[in-house]
Amino acid sequence: MKLELRGITKRFGSFVANDHISLTVEPGEIHALLGENGAGKSTLMNVLYGLYRAEEGAILLDGTEQHFAGPGDAMNAGIGMVHQHFMLIPVFTVAENVMLGHEKTTFGGRLDLASARKTVLDISARFGFHVDPDALVEDLPVGVQQRVEIIKALSRDAKVLVFDEPTAVLTPQETDELIVIMKQLREAGTSIVFITHKLREVREVADRITIIRLGKVVGEALPTASNKELASLMVGRAVELTVEKEPAKVGEAALVVDNLSVVDIHGQMVVNKVNFEVRSGEILAIAGVQGNGQTELTEALLGLQDRVTGTITLDGKPLAGLSVRKVLDAGVGFVPEDRQEDGLVAEFTIAENLMLDRSTREPFVKAGSLQLNALAEFAEKKIVEFDIRAQGITTNVGRLSGGNQQKVVLARELSRDLRLFVAAQPTRGLDVGSIEFVHTRIVQTRDAGTPVIVVSTELDEVVALADRIAVMYRGGIVGIVPGDTPREVLGLMMAGASHAEATGDSAVHTA
Amino acid sequence: MSEQIPSRGQVDPVAGAEATAPDTAETPPEEPRSSAFLRDLMGGSAAISVLAVVLALAVGGVLIALTNENVQSAAGYFFSRPSDMFQAIWDAVFGAYRALFQGSVYDFRRDTFAAGIRPLTETLTFATPLIAAGLGVALAFRVGLFNIGGRGQMLIAAACAGWVGFSLELPYGVHLFVAVLAGVLGGAVWGGIVGLLKARTGAHEVIVTIMLNFVALYLVSFLLRTPVLQAPGSNNPKTPPMADTAVFPPLLGPGYNVHAGLLFVIAATIYVWYLLGRSSMGFQFRAVGENPNAARVAGINVKNVYVTAMLISGGLVGLAGVSQVLGTITTGFGAGIDAGIGFDAITVALLGRSRPWGVFFAGILFGAFKAGGFSMQAAEGIPVDIVLVVQSLIVLFIAAPPLVRTIFRLPTPGQPAAARSKKMKAVTT
Repeated sequence: MKLELRGITKRFGSFVANDHISLTVEPGEIHALLGENGAGKSTLMNVLYGLYRAEEGAILLDGTEQHFAGPGDAMNAGIGMVHQHFMLIPVFTVAENVMLGHEKTTFGGRLDLASARKTVLDISARFGFHVDPDALVEDLPVGVQQRVEIIKALSRDAKVLVFDEPTAVLTPQETDELIVIMKQLREAGTSIVFITHKLREVREVADRITIIRLGKVVGEALPTASNKELASLMVGRAVELTVEKEPAKVGEAALVVDNLSVVDIHGQMVVNKVNFEVRSGEILAIAGVQGNGQTELTEALLGLQDRVTGTITLDGKPLAGLSVRKVLDAGVGFVPEDRQEDGLVAEFTIAENLMLDRSTREPFVKAGSLQLNALAEFAEKKIVEFDIRAQGITTNVGRLSGGNQQKVVLARELSRDLRLFVAAQPTRGLDVGSIEFVHTRIVQTRDAGTPVIVVSTELDEVVALADRIAVMYRGGIVGIVPGDTPREVLGLMMAGASHAEATGDSAVHTA
Repeated sequence: MSEQIPSRGQVDPVAGAEATAPDTAETPPEEPRSSAFLRDLMGGSAAISVLAVVLALAVGGVLIALTNENVQSAAGYFFSRPSDMFQAIWDAVFGAYRALFQGSVYDFRRDTFAAGIRPLTETLTFATPLIAAGLGVALAFRVGLFNIGGRGQMLIAAACAGWVGFSLELPYGVHLFVAVLAGVLGGAVWGGIVGLLKARTGAHEVIVTIMLNFVALYLVSFLLRTPVLQAPGSNNPKTPPMADTAVFPPLLGPGYNVHAGLLFVIAATIYVWYLLGRSSMGFQFRAVGENPNAARVAGINVKNVYVTAMLISGGLVGLAGVSQVLGTITTGFGAGIDAGIGFDAITVALLGRSRPWGVFFAGILFGAFKAGGFSMQAAEGIPVDIVLVVQSLIVLFIAAPPLVRTIFRLPTPGQPAAARSKKMKAVTT
């Protein structure tokens, strides 16, 4: 089916999210929609899916104009969506999830599970999905859950499939598998719209690329275009994709973690006997797929976890068991992975957020009173130093873009005397420009001799920053490898292989 | 024991170590429903508060007209002489609100200014405990806590202050000071228990405060039948009158009821303003109220904040109890001394948007309703319940900002703001 978007314009108040966007997806084509966060990709797709009504423009399927009042209409017209956050019910089986919303019934209103099961088996056999229709969704790995979403869409005869940032949650191996699936779907004649901001995947799978910036189409490209060309189109200026950094001038071991385990409130051991050290002047990246214990590990370092065993020493002084306050006072800077939930108070101003972790003492507090002048002066300085784009220091942080919010967090954490810097997912959800900035500041911190831990699920980031890489899998560290370890090896390790196995495997593949 | 302070980042990824990782990866963790609700309530602008009052008065007017006998009889022959009914409606509604004004602000029928202004002083008298308790509730709101234990805290405070007031013999000044202190401490302890239970065990403050209301009520009722509080030689569950040395002196001379408790309340308002806006402690309070997770990660001891905030909140509510026994009713009190102020305080705090000066003026408005309500009943025969209805409507309208916005066609703050921030994102990146 040929999908055409003509001059789609969508406004929110005075803000134009989509400005006359036109896009044609030929049958059996993978069309990548590339753009930074906030460029208007998701808005466009929500218009296509009937969730928003565009003020101007038309949606055409095979030349006929469509008027979608809601997702139901879009689905009936043959548009399927694979959301970034899966719309699945974890406690239902695959078959139940697939029939959800258009359940068939037999006599007396009994659910016709058999036909749903058959649908799942059919589709999964056709594309080699290997999905068990009776498995509970919550027991399935993320990659398989995504396939369930695809089956769901295909079971409704989707001719146009929209993938919204599908690789954000996958391991590199799962991503490769997804790319294979997308190619198979293309062969079967399905048109695919692939939304992403990851250049590598786009170049690997797309037939054509449309780049969106600030709600407008700024260019089309072929997959043969270089990363640099695509990135500069996306950002609107030349971008440095690799982080410039000197070889690390490594000093003594500063942070030593010995036999650290964390038990969560469900009694599960989420970090399992982890040992590592970080030396001053180096960046240790902790790689791994989301949810393999990295979060709990960093929280344990900061004193946010209650049931921690093992020892953590920083410059010879024990950290484990201390309160968060004392850990911070020991010189630990922390960028939490969820900056909106754990790093910032959205309703507070930039200035107030900058003093959040120094709320009891000088320079911002004297004799129990806030020193508003000192704070304002400090905030003005940091806004300039960290290039925080805002109307002023009294702007609420909740009104800033993700990149600027993260700069506020960095400005706060990096303006203390640090003995250790822990950054968890420091660039999650940020645009290319902000990523550049954050990476530069992290490398600067390293070069100042501070030991740095960067936790990231993005292989690109890990490879760009790390001097050494610790890969976590199911709460344990499967190996600590040098920073220049090939991606394939890291990918396999992220799926649980030891370093030896991973290198052995990749040798087989390349042979 | 469950950890009450929500820190989803640490809980969820674990549960979904393999299966549900995507949900935890990006979905913002949901906050406890009650605090989201509180934030909604506080997020309304001052305009919403004012419009809610206007709207409530308008609806109150309709009710006055509907229940008025003259209007009802005029409606009987509406088609022959419609003007009669409109006249009757006007008379009823205008008369009612005129009486409300004359009973609460200035009575034009009096000859002298001194007599005419008396209603305003009555308003201030009624407002005194309302403001104090309202400040207590508002402070808790700002920390994300719903303190509906005002009744209990007031009763305990009243009992403490009252006991000091009638049983000790101390010189002028000192006696009053000690009595006030005892009452405020009593309220603080009663509130602090709540904070402590919440911090240590994760017990929800709403449940605990409700239950402590009953504990306080029956404890005080019991004490009122024992020699501890009961007036000697009396069978009534009532205390002896306060010693002269312990009562708040009248502010404007003996002709008026308004007493020095008002000065304490003004001081309390200034204190809360300083605490929330200018102090390190208040900064931590607000941080915890807005985002306990971020506060915790920033090294703020959230549990301590809950305890401290409830101590101060209880103390402020306690001041309302003190003002009742040492100012309003100095002739001895029973178990009804709280007069529902602990609950009215919630309304006052909401109307004042939990801002100290907002609460101050909301308290005066509600004081005016109380003062004027009686004169409305006396002068126009309108049941005082109408005032209660108007008060309840105010709460209703404040609790439903979208309703008020729709009626007055105000812009919804959420959406344009979202679009604006998106725009800013687009522009600045």
